[in-house]
Amino acid sequence: MAQAAAVAKPPAPPRRRRASATPRRLPYLLIAPAALLMLGFIAYPVLSVFYYSLQDYNPTKPWRNGFAGFDNFTRIFTEDPLFLDTLVFSAKWVFVEVGLQLMFGLALALIVNQTFVGRALGRALVFSPWAVSGVLTSAIWVLLYNSQTGITRYLADMGIGEYGVSWLSDTSTVFPAAIVADLWRGVPFFAILILADLQSVSKDLYEAAEVDGASRFKQFWHITLPHLKDAIILSTLLRAVWEFNNVDLLYTLTGGGPAGATTTLPLYIANTSVDAHDFGYASALTTVAFVILLFCSMVYLRLSKFGGEK
Amino acid sequence: MITKEATTAAPAPAPAVPEPPRPVQRRRAWDEAPRWQIYLPLGIYLVFTLIPFYWILLFALRPAGSTSLVPWPMTTAHFEKVWTDRGFATFFQNSVLVGVATLFMTTLVALAGGYALARFDFRIKRGFMLALLCSQFVPGALLLVPLFEIFAELQMINSLGSVIIAETVFQLPLSMILLSNFIKNVPYSLEEAAWVDGCNRFRAFRVVVLPLLRPGLIAVGSFAFVHSWNHFLFALMFLNNQEKQTVPVGLNTLMSADSVDLGALAAGGIIAAVPVVIVFAFIQKWLITGFSAGAVKG
Repeated sequence: MAQAAAVAKPPAPPRRRRASATPRRLPYLLIAPAALLMLGFIAYPVLSVFYYSLQDYNPTKPWRNGFAGFDNFTRIFTEDPLFLDTLVFSAKWVFVEVGLQLMFGLALALIVNQTFVGRALGRALVFSPWAVSGVLTSAIWVLLYNSQTGITRYLADMGIGEYGVSWLSDTSTVFPAAIVADLWRGVPFFAILILADLQSVSKDLYEAAEVDGASRFKQFWHITLPHLKDAIILSTLLRAVWEFNNVDLLYTLTGGGPAGATTTLPLYIANTSVDAHDFGYASALTTVAFVILLFCSMVYLRLSKFGGEK
Repeated sequence: MITKEATTAAPAPAPAVPEPPRPVQRRRAWDEAPRWQIYLPLGIYLVFTLIPFYWILLFALRPAGSTSLVPWPMTTAHFEKVWTDRGFATFFQNSVLVGVATLFMTTLVALAGGYALARFDFRIKRGFMLALLCSQFVPGALLLVPLFEIFAELQMINSLGSVIIAETVFQLPLSMILLSNFIKNVPYSLEEAAWVDGCNRFRAFRVVVLPLLRPGLIAVGSFAFVHSWNHFLFALMFLNNQEKQTVPVGLNTLMSADSVDLGALAAGGIIAAVPVVIVFAFIQKWLITGFSAGAVKG
């Protein structure tokens, strides 16, 4: 039907031009700065992490340094209960965060995509936490959650809950408290990406659906959602990787506590390398985390049939 | 656009609607929901978004020890304390330096690379693209130790250069992909026309392509600035000297004190937010178009 409208401009193949004196080397020269930077500061560190994972390496205990074989890895899987605990917590954190961010982000994008009075201002306001850093988010929510003058005090004034409650230092409330804080700045990310993609849905499709008498929900289900599919898959994947890796917020908000209740795997690794100086073991943990991440991403892309039907 | 006007003006071409012409009064467009369905959820979400902002303003502006819910009487004491006593004047300067340097480095390097990816076919292109995508899975936080060792080797610990390089490197892949998509959208024939007119490749790029890349450059540049302004871990690890630290590290120091000075923390947070808010207000309208033109097409 109206599909035809979407294929308006055929992608013009870039014409080869020999005439202009383009040296063969030009593209290589152009990517050289980027390639060198990435080789030196991403590829080389990654390789050295792999290398260290096979070593005993601890600057504070130099007498033990040396080749360790797979000892570090054996230790991870047999002797270290913290590895599994932090991995499970990471999975829980990523799953809940990305799921809720997607849900609210999608809803928010659909709402601000409508035409209504005050849309520009509304968009600017609801998107604004996007630009706020993890540390600043922590600072804000530390102020909100603090036991003396935080939100709980005013709730208690109104007769809800008790005075002197600190949600961040109780193992039963710290998880939802941290989730809400991260949602506050994470939802706009999804909303912005989805809103951007919504701009390219052909309006003809909706008109056609309207003529056919499709309800607004059906239009959403059969037109909007399929159109957004690839953008959603890609943004959830990128966000999941990002949520897994990013330690800014939890490091500053809870420090992984109380009693390790909010320690993610990367946070555990950071502590192992920075506080315990056990670089060899931290490198082995990093390697394992990296493999898990890569594996999960591949499975996710395969299961979600990314880019299919094209 | 044209097709839409045509369908609304002329009677629908579909045979399904033969006799009665469309009612003249304006039909609700497909995208018009009942007003309350927009304003109610939006209002609730706005409350959730804005209370935290209000909270930090409240704490920054009301005198220490006050429990009033309006920041009155207003005081600037917290700002003065943070700015001078807690070293935020220095942190701010350092952060601006890091942010601006990262902005320029990222944009320049990504522009060169993005142009190569958009306009040439070369032997290692596929491999290079793959490396760019893979780098997205590499957690910067987990490379802290080897990065620290590299910068120690280069004698760059405690210099802002280390943070600038690290931030740039992790910004590069996405920026390059984004910019190459923007460049692909500029017809090659425009450049070729300029060559015919006697421009060399560089001049043609500067005169013809660069002006058209404005939304892309603004998106990439502001991301680079905001990210490096906000990012915390590299600065925490590579800069031990208090004179060299950045605003987020300063905030963390305020937060990890034994008894947190809430007023000072709030004032420091607002100082941290100001440049980002300015950038955000400036790029807001570019943001959506920037993304839809560049990012999603892959």
